[in-house]
Amino acid sequence: MTTIENQAEATIPKRLWRSKAGKIARQYGLQIGIFCVFLVIWGLFILGAPQTFLKPTIYAAYMSTIPFFAVIALPLTLIIIAGEMDLSFPSIMGVGMVAFTSVWRLSDNFVLAFIASLVAGGLVGFLNGVIVVKLGIPSLVATLGTQFFWRGFVLVVTNAGGVSLVPLKQTPMRQAFVGRVGGYLPAQMIWAVVVAILVWIFLNRHKFGAHVYLIGDNVESSKLMGVNVDRTRMINFAILGTAAAFGGVLSSLEQSYFWVSLGDGYLLKTLASVFLGGTSVFGGIGTVFGTFIGCLIIGAIEAGIVAVGKVEIFGLVIRLSGFWTQLIYGLIIVISVSLQNILSRRLSR
Amino acid sequence: MTYILEMKNISKSFGEVQALRDVDFAIAPGEVVGLLGDNGAGKSTLIKIVTGYYQPDPNGGEIYFNGQKIAGLSVSEARKLGIETVYQERALADLQTLWRNIFMGRELTTALGFIDVKRMKRETEKLMVGSMGFTSSAVAPDSVVKTFSGGEKQGVAIVRALYFDAELIILDEPTMGLSLSETKKLLEFVGNIKEAGKSCIFIDHNVFHVYSVADRVVVLDRGAVAGEFLTKDITLEQLMDKMYRVAQTGQLE
Repeated sequence: MTTIENQAEATIPKRLWRSKAGKIARQYGLQIGIFCVFLVIWGLFILGAPQTFLKPTIYAAYMSTIPFFAVIALPLTLIIIAGEMDLSFPSIMGVGMVAFTSVWRLSDNFVLAFIASLVAGGLVGFLNGVIVVKLGIPSLVATLGTQFFWRGFVLVVTNAGGVSLVPLKQTPMRQAFVGRVGGYLPAQMIWAVVVAILVWIFLNRHKFGAHVYLIGDNVESSKLMGVNVDRTRMINFAILGTAAAFGGVLSSLEQSYFWVSLGDGYLLKTLASVFLGGTSVFGGIGTVFGTFIGCLIIGAIEAGIVAVGKVEIFGLVIRLSGFWTQLIYGLIIVISVSLQNILSRRLSR
Repeated sequence: MTYILEMKNISKSFGEVQALRDVDFAIAPGEVVGLLGDNGAGKSTLIKIVTGYYQPDPNGGEIYFNGQKIAGLSVSEARKLGIETVYQERALADLQTLWRNIFMGRELTTALGFIDVKRMKRETEKLMVGSMGFTSSAVAPDSVVKTFSGGEKQGVAIVRALYFDAELIILDEPTMGLSLSETKKLLEFVGNIKEAGKSCIFIDHNVFHVYSVADRVVVLDRGAVAGEFLTKDITLEQLMDKMYRVAQTGQLE
């Protein structure tokens, strides 16, 4: 169909594309920024504690602990891109394990127990979605409430007593989840990479992810153009619930014990990973790669600081104990988020 | 005569406020109908019922598309039927790329809902060079819409409506914020819609614009149809005269 005549047709193509480098910088600016932050921190750790950071042991340790919150931070990225928030996932980790241990004790079947935990997590997440979408409660408030409710639920039904998972210790299923591949590589790291790839595909190559970006950017436009906003939101919360249950299973299997406090301490770490990765709290912007790198940074800082031990600045020796962790966490988050903000404003012009 | 769209006795209320009262509206293939009326006359509500964004009240009338009765229409169903809209508020997602905006809500997919990014970018580039008339240097399928000028954004919204081969194109205040030459282009574009045998509902505050492109004008006032005229039967002066009278007295004569 012929439309508005285009007088400038001939002059456009060569002016359309600025230099290739500029285009890449505009498109991937956020990812490049966070990756540079990652390299700088890693470099500092190697300089500060070469005896630790040039050996494989520390990396094995990192790869065993980072996946527990990485598998949650990745789908949490979708929630935040969609302009929502979820505070309830630490409690959902516990709910998932309640389902896991109940079914496992009844059936002695690992696979069944695992499926039960994912379903329970998915349902609780979906319920968050229903409260947010159907009752119109802001997700920050809704999940603040459900976070308390489900933690309470876990405490009540378990009578605040944990469950030992030691009988699973030598089973092949446990090995598949948290074993050591080749005696070194923690299997959970492979799972984290698998989750990252799945989330990436969903976000970037599926209609669902396209709608996540659109909703987070402009809900009204999305509705006018026929995007099913309610369904996308509810599915989003259900996915996060499922992932939280998965993270809970991985963490409990690694420790061979289900603590009823499972998930405590994960909330801020996980959120920090997402924001550090460049996802905008206002919605519409964020990447899977950014969150993944964010997880690596957040997961590495604590042990890194302790390993470095002391820093000498202009002859002034500072002994870094574990107490420094939070201070440095804060510094890195504030500085790198500010840098990203400045960078992305420059680049998107 | 078969209409492409026929609405009978449409009523819509929001709480206490009755936005539309027993409105009859119809449009034939190849016809351009101008919808006139003051602020709050119910123009936007009427078209948002056509596009499936609002539902009429229960028992609030009937809608026929190509002679088929339609109930419980959703936005995506309306778009599949061939109703595309250029909204007053543009309905763009500013932080997203051009290609994501063009295919918003109607992404090109392969199996199982996976999106065909390459094809969408290719089609976007074709549209940019072919029909959007972009003269700005910084525009590419991966450009973020935030950086576009008002006229460029309007271009995106219009090209989007055209891409899907719509049967009925609704333009809601399309000239708002456009420059003189952009407005001229837009009016030519409405002529092209008509030539292609498609229908168009044209809403504008500017009576001159509406009169110059419409075959027929429908005047809404306080949620009801106050009257309708074929533009060939009435002069612009007479139409303006009637518009003033409606606005003041609610009566055409």
